[in-house]
Amino acid sequence: MGFLNAVFGRRKPARPNLDSLFAIPSAAITVQAAMDFVPTGRASVAFRSPEGRAFADIEAEIRALLDAGGGPPVEIREDSFGFDWIVVCTEPADVAAAVTDAHAVNTSLVEGGFGPQLLCSLVSFRGPEDTPLALVYLYKAGTFYPFAPIPGGEQQRNNVMELQVRDLLTGELPMEQNLSRWFAVWDAPGL
Amino acid sequence: MARTRYGTDRGLTARMFGTLFGLGLMYVILAAALYALGFSAILILGISGALLFGQWWFSDTLSMKAMRAVEVTPEQAPQLHAVVDRLCAMADMPKPRVGIADNDAPNAFATGRSPDRSVVVVTTGLLRRLNRDELEGVLAHELSHVAHRDVTVMTVASFTAILAGFMVRSAMWGSMMRGRRDQNTAVIFLVVMVVSVLVYLISYLLINALSRYRELGADRGAALLTGQPTALASALTKITGDMASIPTKDIRQMESVSAFAFAPAVAGKREFTLEQWFSTHPPLEKRLAQLAKIAGELGQR
Repeated sequence: MGFLNAVFGRRKPARPNLDSLFAIPSAAITVQAAMDFVPTGRASVAFRSPEGRAFADIEAEIRALLDAGGGPPVEIREDSFGFDWIVVCTEPADVAAAVTDAHAVNTSLVEGGFGPQLLCSLVSFRGPEDTPLALVYLYKAGTFYPFAPIPGGEQQRNNVMELQVRDLLTGELPMEQNLSRWFAVWDAPGL
Repeated sequence: MARTRYGTDRGLTARMFGTLFGLGLMYVILAAALYALGFSAILILGISGALLFGQWWFSDTLSMKAMRAVEVTPEQAPQLHAVVDRLCAMADMPKPRVGIADNDAPNAFATGRSPDRSVVVVTTGLLRRLNRDELEGVLAHELSHVAHRDVTVMTVASFTAILAGFMVRSAMWGSMMRGRRDQNTAVIFLVVMVVSVLVYLISYLLINALSRYRELGADRGAALLTGQPTALASALTKITGDMASIPTKDIRQMESVSAFAFAPAVAGKREFTLEQWFSTHPPLEKRLAQLAKIAGELGQR
């Protein structure tokens, strides 16, 4: 009830939509076929780590879960905004495996009650001449957008290429139509 | 089904309902007084309505001008924009415009008639004093005001006070001009004036109470969005300028008597002081207590 929530000064926390992540592997093939961007096999999940004991426990569980059974190596890094990034690296590059692991991370967080803290997830690609590209997934909106920083540039994005990727993937993935939501993730771990 | 850590605060909702009910009652009483006034009622209603509508419609421009704030682009303030970007992505809400006011007092505000037309402004004093996490907490608090549509709610709520203020004035003029000639009309004008004054006073108290509850609601929204109630609490402590009241001395070093006497670090205000009734923001200790409670809930396994 939007009206009642406005009257009482409260709101429902936005819940993440996890299932769209599994559309990434087939989109990766499209990007590779059409634009020659090769997946790096890295996927990362970004979230705002809440304070408190409960979250620390869940984070330790995630680490144990992903490290067990000889899965791909996992690292947890904090960025300059205080967000934690869990980076899954598959070698040789395996987008499907990376996405599955990223999904396991999400599920643990959501089960623990920390779904509202999920920010975004990204899968990275390398194009001709080592141009970086990332497909960013916004959990709350349930949409994707491309992020292509210009290498060596002073925080500049290759907007033309980003729009090309959007047009290529529209129809295959739910792409974010509102361009002002394509926020930059400079130096994101896993990019 | 995944568990949720985000229950609603029943007590807060109940208090807000009580306040809104009281304000609704004021509307009814005012309507009766307006009816007694007769013809000029339409004029009063029109003027006060137009005034308030203008205030609401131009709230973003007006407040920005009053605070001498300027809107900044992502190029001018990349760090600030990036924090707002991330908070909006987490909360799934449209991104408001961002402004900075050149003022050393640490403060922030959000205004705008709808979430799409909102602006969040911080002062340079705030940017200087707070660290990254505290700034994020304050911005999340302002974004919660936007998401809760507090500008609209408070505008509607303050209509009774403005209306009553106008009625006092018009009843005064009316009784002065016509009172001598017609005994009956003079009595009506007098009654209307007394009722309006009372309504004005009561709505003023109710509006301030509502404002305090909205602040608590925004604090809560911010803490749940970032998951960092402690960072927001520390920002509030810094902003309110009561840093000195937090003891730096270890409790074991204090004299034995005072250590065992129940003397909290922040003196609790249990009695109803007048200051509390007339303020638009809840006292710091109330806000800190709420945030501490949320921190406890977040820590539960």
